[in-house]
Amino acid sequence: MVIERIDETLPGAVLDRHAFRGDQTIVVGRDRLLEVIDLIYKEGFQLLLDVTAVDGGQRDPRFDVVYHLLNLTSQERLRIKVRVGERESVPSLVSRFKSADWAERETMDMFGIPFEGHPDPRRLLMWEDFPGHPLRKDFPLDGGDVFCSQDIGASFSPDARSPHV
Amino acid sequence: MSKMETTLPALSPDGDRMIVNMGPSHNSTHGTLHIVLELDGEFIVKATPQIGYLHRGVEKLGENLTYQQFIPLTDRLNYCSSLMNNVGYTLAVEKLLGIQDPPRSRVLRVLCSELARIGDHLVCIGINAVDIGAFTAFLYMFKERETIYDLFEMMAGQRLHSSFTRIGGLFRDIPAEFEPLCGQFVESCERTIDEMERLLTHNPIWADRTKGVGAISAEDAIGWGYTGPCLRAAGVAQDLRVAQPYLDYETYEFDVAIAGSGDVYDRYLVRTEEMRQSLRIVRQCLKRLKEIGPGPVIVEDYKVALPPKEKVYTRMESLIHHFKLIMHGIDMPVGEVYSATEAANGELGFYIVSDGTKSPYRIHVRPPCFPIFSSFEEQVKGRLIADAISVLGAMNIIAGEMDR
Repeated sequence: MVIERIDETLPGAVLDRHAFRGDQTIVVGRDRLLEVIDLIYKEGFQLLLDVTAVDGGQRDPRFDVVYHLLNLTSQERLRIKVRVGERESVPSLVSRFKSADWAERETMDMFGIPFEGHPDPRRLLMWEDFPGHPLRKDFPLDGGDVFCSQDIGASFSPDARSPHV
Repeated sequence: MSKMETTLPALSPDGDRMIVNMGPSHNSTHGTLHIVLELDGEFIVKATPQIGYLHRGVEKLGENLTYQQFIPLTDRLNYCSSLMNNVGYTLAVEKLLGIQDPPRSRVLRVLCSELARIGDHLVCIGINAVDIGAFTAFLYMFKERETIYDLFEMMAGQRLHSSFTRIGGLFRDIPAEFEPLCGQFVESCERTIDEMERLLTHNPIWADRTKGVGAISAEDAIGWGYTGPCLRAAGVAQDLRVAQPYLDYETYEFDVAIAGSGDVYDRYLVRTEEMRQSLRIVRQCLKRLKEIGPGPVIVEDYKVALPPKEKVYTRMESLIHHFKLIMHGIDMPVGEVYSATEAANGELGFYIVSDGTKSPYRIHVRPPCFPIFSSFEEQVKGRLIADAISVLGAMNIIAGEMDR
């Protein structure tokens, strides 16, 4: 198992681990992420399927950045989680995996988690001046649209267009 | 009136370049995607894809819907093969619940997935050929696609947005007319694929436009996160149906199609062969359905699946179960799962985090064409605009799935 190999080679890197329904998850500190990634890359985990995040809401640290990796030879899957607080950054994996480029941009766009060393840190799905990060738990489902949140019966008034003024 | 002064813009030392917007509604950008091309004559110097035009916040919506209610949203991810998204999503929820659907439902799921795969590949190859200028093949193939949609209509009552699966099984069994029509379809589709191959495989114009275009090495393809036909065209025999079998795929006989160079032509060959293999699986499914005979297509656990209406109207417990399921949803265990299936474009993954409430705490879709499209610039850099069209078609970008 690759988790034992990580423990042997990089003691203390894995902060926590759990297995659920056959999915292996390890939690890694953000300062040791690149070491762990380099090690498991050598072990055969060369396909980075996905980078995403989970907003823990009130929890501290707030976010889990989640990486899904696949070993094409042994068909093993591994989920790596990195816990980050608000305004904390995660090292970018673009130098290791090209597939991390857009996936990290999307995570940054949707959660506002900065990826340190990303060559092109622009928003991906939303436009540049979009306010907020949609997948954060405190972002309203209706996008903060005044026509959705006010009384449906309210007649149109041009002032209602700019609720933030 | 003073004489107007004009100054010519200074030419840059490497020649003047033209910026061309391809999309958001260009004939060959199926769905709304936008590529800003920087051109030097006919050659592409830089290609910047801009995506997000079809972003509907599916993941955010999923956090506010019950597990069952999310199924119609999965139809709208890859709308060319919506049944496969339904299957992929319900498998993920079933993995979270730790349950398995009944044998008849498993065969039907394989059957509809393979039909959807054929449909998806037919569209992909057909449209790719149309974009390149070969219109005829497309017409032959769309006849078959119509039959596939007729079959879907029989199954699910819907042609495009099927929402056929339910957590724990299927919405309903197939009608009696399904099997004869499906049998006919398998025969005629086989002939159509032959016909299509006669029109394209040895067609020198098709070969000129596709061979060597978008070639990618196996290492690069893995690095970019390729999966599915595009990865197999680059020579990596990775097919989740074989490598990590689900829905008893290990008990079906079929081969994994691979090629070597990863170019558009190889992707076409891989997809063509996959359609033939899918037809093989469909035949086996039809045989198995006869063997299994009639039976339940959804689990009879009323904590997961709705009880039949006759029971709801006549029995107290069933009425309570119905009410509890609709109002409170399914009792989910706390945990997180990632479940992947081999969709037409590649690995379709669903990452679900559950906190035990009726809606997922977080639901994330791993669309197969998202990482593939991120390599677009590298695929077309230094090539002609015409190549960009054929590369785009062969990647099979479905904006609904990519932008979510």
